[in-house]
Amino acid sequence: MTRVGVITFPGSLDDGDAARAVRYAGADAVPLWHADTDLRGVDAVVVPGGFSYGDYLRCGAIARFAPAMASVVEAAGRGMPVLGICNGFQILCEAGLLPGALVRNAGLHFVCRDQPLRVERNDTAWTSRYEQGAQIVVPLKSGEGRYVADASTRRELEAAGRVIFRYVDANPNGALGDIAGICSADRRIVGLMPHPEHAIDPLTGPSDHGLAVFTSVLDTLVGSGT
Amino acid sequence: MPKPEILDPQGQAIAGALGRLGFAGVASVRQGKHFELDVDDGVDDETLHKIAEAVLANPVIEDWTVRRA
Repeated sequence: MTRVGVITFPGSLDDGDAARAVRYAGADAVPLWHADTDLRGVDAVVVPGGFSYGDYLRCGAIARFAPAMASVVEAAGRGMPVLGICNGFQILCEAGLLPGALVRNAGLHFVCRDQPLRVERNDTAWTSRYEQGAQIVVPLKSGEGRYVADASTRRELEAAGRVIFRYVDANPNGALGDIAGICSADRRIVGLMPHPEHAIDPLTGPSDHGLAVFTSVLDTLVGSGT
Repeated sequence: MPKPEILDPQGQAIAGALGRLGFAGVASVRQGKHFELDVDDGVDDETLHKIAEAVLANPVIEDWTVRRA
């Protein structure tokens, strides 16, 4: 069975739901600890949401130096799929796996709502089960979710089709270009601020629209024979 | 400090509060961070710059300077 690791840092909150989403999708959820370099032979990694290390210094700034992250960066370089959700997205940006940064919401308030998104691209490791342009609703809950990048980075992301999720209707945090999620140049690393792992079953979330993120990566891994 | 092109809503909120409190003439406020490091004499400027760039600041969104006091 495909093994998807979920890293727990001190202050992670959504590792439990991320592991549940992995299991719902039909894979083994493998708990990984921030202080371990051993990724336990997983085929992909989810860096979950929360407030790693209390968000001290900057969101994700301490977590990027965790031993587990050194292993993730190394494995990502060999093409291992990595998903960063919320604080996980911030960590991937701090680690240099994804460009840009996440900063304080333009309205200063912590935003917690069911957020409509458009899936801009389905040619990534984590979005292949979506229809291109599909509109989905998943929870958004963040105080520092405003995506920023310099002009040349933004042009590059847009030109290469690396904006993967975009906020629709109102922009909740002032993010550049309504950007909610992006991917790496090899399209195997995806980071997004909203929480697909909280929307995998209508019993416990606003929809089941988030589950396809986790089933997509299984297709990717089976398709590549890993 | 946040780079000039990065919107600083915290600074804007402070500027607004100053106006409401009657402090006239403050056109804008930018909010940043300040770190004080107590280091051995052997720690050179190059090391301090590395610390600033790699850990204390995120060069994607922040400008930084190192000063010895």
